[in-house]
Amino acid sequence: MIAPMLASAPHTHSRFNVSRTMIAVMACLSPATAFGLYHFGWPAICLFIVTIAAALLFEVLSLAIAGKPILRFATDGSAVLTGWIVALSLPPWAPWWVGVTGAGIAIVIGKHVFGGLGQNLFNPAMVARAMLLVALPVQMTTWVQPLRGDTGPTFLQSLGITFMGSPEFDVVSSASVLSQVKSQLDAGQPMDRILAELGGVQDQLYGFVSGSMGETSALLLLAGGLCLILLRIITVVIPLSVLGSVFVLSGAAWLIAPGQFPPPQYHMVSGSLVFCAFFIATDYVTSPVTGTGKMIYGIGIGTLIFVIRSWGAFPEGVAFAVLLMNACTPLIDEYARPRIFGRTRSGKPLELGDES
Amino acid sequence: MLYAVTSMTALGLGLGLLLGLAARKFHVETPPVVDEIEGVLPGTNCGQCGYPGCRAGAEALAEGAAPVTLCPPGGRELALELAEITGADANGAADLDGMEEAEQMVAFIFEDHCTGCTKCFKRCPTDAIVGANKQIHTVVTDACIGCDACIEVCPTEAIIHRTKPRTLRNWYWEKPDLVPGDGEMRISA
Amino acid sequence: MTIFPLAGRFDPARLFSFKGGIHPETRKFLTSECAIEDMPVPTVLRVPLQQHIGVEAEPLVARDDMVLKGQLIGKARGPVSANIHAPTSGRVLAVGHFTAPHPSGLPVPTITIRPDGDDRWGDRLPRMRPESADPDEIAAQVAKAGIVGMGGATFPAAVKLNLRARYDLHTLIINGAECEPYLTCDDRLMRERAEEIADGIGIMARALGVKQVIVAIEANKPQATAAMERYHRVLGYALKIKQVPTQYPMGSEKHLVKTLTGKETPARALTAELGVVVHNAATAHAVHLAVRYGEPSISRVVTISGRGITRPANVRALIGTPVAELLAHCGGLAQEPERLLLGGPMMGQPIQNPRVPIIKGTNGILALAASETRDREVMPCIRCGLCVQVCPMGLTPFELNTRIKAGDLEGAARVGLLDCITCGCCSFTCPSNKPLVQTIHFAKGKLAEQESRKHQQEQAKRLAEARQERQEAIAAAKREAMAKRKAEMAAKKKREAEAAAAETPKNGETVK
Repeated sequence: MIAPMLASAPHTHSRFNVSRTMIAVMACLSPATAFGLYHFGWPAICLFIVTIAAALLFEVLSLAIAGKPILRFATDGSAVLTGWIVALSLPPWAPWWVGVTGAGIAIVIGKHVFGGLGQNLFNPAMVARAMLLVALPVQMTTWVQPLRGDTGPTFLQSLGITFMGSPEFDVVSSASVLSQVKSQLDAGQPMDRILAELGGVQDQLYGFVSGSMGETSALLLLAGGLCLILLRIITVVIPLSVLGSVFVLSGAAWLIAPGQFPPPQYHMVSGSLVFCAFFIATDYVTSPVTGTGKMIYGIGIGTLIFVIRSWGAFPEGVAFAVLLMNACTPLIDEYARPRIFGRTRSGKPLELGDES
Repeated sequence: MLYAVTSMTALGLGLGLLLGLAARKFHVETPPVVDEIEGVLPGTNCGQCGYPGCRAGAEALAEGAAPVTLCPPGGRELALELAEITGADANGAADLDGMEEAEQMVAFIFEDHCTGCTKCFKRCPTDAIVGANKQIHTVVTDACIGCDACIEVCPTEAIIHRTKPRTLRNWYWEKPDLVPGDGEMRISA
Repeated sequence: MTIFPLAGRFDPARLFSFKGGIHPETRKFLTSECAIEDMPVPTVLRVPLQQHIGVEAEPLVARDDMVLKGQLIGKARGPVSANIHAPTSGRVLAVGHFTAPHPSGLPVPTITIRPDGDDRWGDRLPRMRPESADPDEIAAQVAKAGIVGMGGATFPAAVKLNLRARYDLHTLIINGAECEPYLTCDDRLMRERAEEIADGIGIMARALGVKQVIVAIEANKPQATAAMERYHRVLGYALKIKQVPTQYPMGSEKHLVKTLTGKETPARALTAELGVVVHNAATAHAVHLAVRYGEPSISRVVTISGRGITRPANVRALIGTPVAELLAHCGGLAQEPERLLLGGPMMGQPIQNPRVPIIKGTNGILALAASETRDREVMPCIRCGLCVQVCPMGLTPFELNTRIKAGDLEGAARVGLLDCITCGCCSFTCPSNKPLVQTIHFAKGKLAEQESRKHQQEQAKRLAEARQERQEAIAAAKREAMAKRKAEMAAKKKREAEAAAAETPKNGETVK
C-alpha cells in the first residue's frame, strides 16, 4: 500500500478556486460586454480581442522573466480578466496600440512589478486606465455614437480603423454624457438646458449612449453584478456603499444647488460608476477584507468619484478614486479588524456577564 | 567697540564655563553592559563559548571580542537578544539572518559503556545527570542544556550529543513549504 | 392574543448562530442508514496508555499476565488523566511502545493484548442507582470507568462533572451536532439508543446539579431528533431537544453555547464560567453503561466511510482494535485512498500506518479518494477575504499566514493566533488552496516550543545557581570543618602546653 498523503486537516475543500472565480467574473461581465461589442461594431471587437491577447502575452513574458511556472499561472484567468476590464474601459474605436499599451501597463507595471498575482497594491486595470487618460487624452476621449442598424463599418473597414488609424469611415464622434455636462457647465450653461439636450436617463440605463466599450449599459452591468453577489463571489458591501455614497452626495448637492449639479439619477447611470461598483472596486487583491473595511473603502471611492466629477479636471473620476482608495487599503485592513470571538474590540477577553 | 568685545568675550567665557561645569556635574556613566549580558546568558558556566564561565563570555562580548552568536545552548533566540543589547553593529550580528534555528541538543548516555565513574555527574552544570557511584547514569532531558561538558569528561566515551527526542506532547506540524516551480506542497511527518 | 404563542415560538437561536462557518458537503448519506453493527473481537488489541488529554496512565499489568474484560490495566496519573481497562479477556503480549494513532507516527506507551476469544468479564464496577446516588459518587464512578469526551477532544469526563465545585452551573448541553462531514456515529447512536443516552444525560445532569438540560442536534438529523424527543423527562430533568442550524463548526463547544444561549464565552475561559457544561451524546451513553451496569469505557461506535471503503458502516468496536482490521471488516479498501484519516475530514488526523489502534476519541475512520479530498496545487493568496468571512473566531487567517511565513510569530500571536481553534474553515474555503491550518498548527507548536525553551533556560539558570550555591556551601562547610579542626588542634595543643606548664608549677594552682 502506498503511504497515504500526510497533510494537516482539513482534508476536504470547497469547489471554488482561483480560476473558477475568474471565470465566474468573466461570465457575469459578458452580457454587458456583448451589448457593447454589438453596439460599437467590428472595431470594438477587434480592439477587445487585441487587448486580451496582449494581456495574455505580457503575462506570459512577465512570468518567464520572473521564472514562475507559466502554464499554471497564465491559465488561472487573472490576466485575461485584467485585459478584459482594460478593454471595456477603452473608447471602443481606439487604435490597437492603445489597447496593447493599456494591457502592457496593467500586466507589467500594475501587477508583475509588485510580484504577480495577489501582490499588487493597485488595481492593474485602473493603473492602466489612469496612465492612458493622462498620457493619451485625445485617444482616450474620442467617443463614437453607438451604431444603429446597418450603418456600422464592415469587418475590413474596421480592421483599417483599429490597425491603420484610417479615416476612411466617417466617425460619428460625440462626447460622453459626463464630459458633455462638464464642458457645458464650464461654458456657463444652466443645468436644465444641459439636461434637456442630454435626453432621458433611460438611454443611459439601457446603454444607447456613447461611452467606453463596456460601460454604457448600466442595467446589464447591474444584472451581472447581482449575479456575482448571488454566486457569493463578492459581498454586497462594496457596491452598496459606492453607489449609496454617490447617490447621497449627489442628491444632497442637487437639492442645495440644482443649477450646478446634475440630479442623482444621472450620476448613477452615467460613466463607469456601476461597472466600478460591481467589477472594479470589488477586486479581491486591492480591496480590504473585512466588512467594515469594505464599507469604509466603498464610501471613500463613492465620495472621491463625486468630488472628482463635480470639481475635478476630468469628467470621470473612477480610476483615480479607486487608485486612491487602493492606497488606503493596507491602512484600512490594519484598523478594521473583525472582533475576535470571546474578546472585545481592543482584544481583551470579554468580562463575564457582558452581553457581547 | 571695546565694550562690545569685552562683554561678548565675558559672555562666551561664562557660558563655556557653565557648560563645562554641567558636563562634569551631570556626567553619566555608560551603563555597565556586561551585567546586562550576563543576566540573559544561561549562567551555567558550561564553557562552550571558549571563555571561562558566563561572566567572562559576557565581558568578551561587551569588548567586541566575541560574536553575539557565542552561546550555543542559547541558540538563535539568545543571539537575537544579545544583538539587541549590544546594538545592531555588534560582532556577528550580520550572521544572524543566516543563522538557522538549531535543533535543541541533549546528551545521551550509552548505558553499555557507562562505568558509573560519576565524572559527568560532577561536571554537569545543571545537575541533569542522575546516578551514583558504580551505577549507570542517565540524563534528565528536560534539565539538559546540551552543553557538551559531560562528553568531554567521560573516560569511556559513553556520552553522545543528539537532538532532543520528539514526543507526542511537543510534536507539531511542519511549516508547509512551497517548492518554487511546481507549487506542490512538500510535507514530511 | 394570538401573537403571544407566536412570540413564544420565536427562537432567536434559529436566526442567529454565530458569525462565520461553512456548509461543506456532508456526504453523511454514505453511512446514515447503516445500523450500528458489532465488530467481532479482533486478533490483537493495542491499547495505548494515552487516550486522553493529560498525563498518560500507569500500566498495572506485565508481560504474559492474563487479563479479563473490564479489568483495570492502566491507572490514571494526576488530576487530568483517565483509567484504561482491558477491552476483552486475553494474554498481555507486551507492555511497551507502539506507533500512536497520530500523524507523527511517534511511539506511545501501549499494552498489547492477544484476545483468548472467550471475551470473559472480570469484576465490573459496582452498579449504582443514580436516582439516589450522591453527585460525587456518580463522578467517582465515571472517573473509575475511564470515560473521556468521545467527540474527539478526549477530555476526562469526570473532571468536567466535578466542575460544579468551582462554578455555579445551571445548564447541561448535550452536543449531538456532529457537524463534521461523513460522520454518523452519534446520529446512529441517538437513533438506536435514545433511551440509554437519555438516561446517561439524566445521570450527568444529576451529577452536575444543573437546572436545565438542552440536547442540541443539527437540523440535518430529523430522525435522531425525533428519537430523542420521545424522552423528554429523565430522572426528574426535563430534556429540551433543540435543532440547531446545519453549519460547521456547530459542534465546537463555545459556538454551540453561543447558538443556544446567545452568550459568548470569554477568550481563554471555560464555558463553565457561564454556568454551562457541554458533553457529547456518545459520552452520555458511556456514562449510562458505567453507572447502570458498571461497564467501563472499552468500546465505541466508529463511522467507517469514504469512497475508498468497499462497504461503509457504523461499527461498535473495542478500544485498541487496529484500523486495518476495521477496514477488513468493512470489506477492505475499494481503491488506494489519497488520505487515510482518524476523525472527520475537517479536523481529523491523517495516519500512515493502518496498524495503529482506535482509541476512545476516534469517531471515524475515513479512506478518502483523490476526488473527495483537496488538490495538491497551491496558488498565491489573492486576498479574497473568504477566510476572514468564514472564520468563526473572527480572525484574519490570511494575515496570520503571511506573518508566520515571514517568521513573525509574535506578531501572529498579537493578532489572535492563539485564539484559533483550527476548525479548518479557512483552508476549506481558500480558493488558492493554501494550507492555512497547517501553517497555524506549525506556528502554535513553534511558539509553545520557544516558550518551553525559555522556561527551560530559566530553569537551567536556577539549577546552575543552586549547584553553585551547593558547591559553595560544601566548600564553606569544608573550610569551616578545617577551621574547626584547626581550632581544635590549636586548643588541644594549647591544653597540652598548659598541662605541661601546669605540671611544673603545681603549687601555683593551689594558690589560686
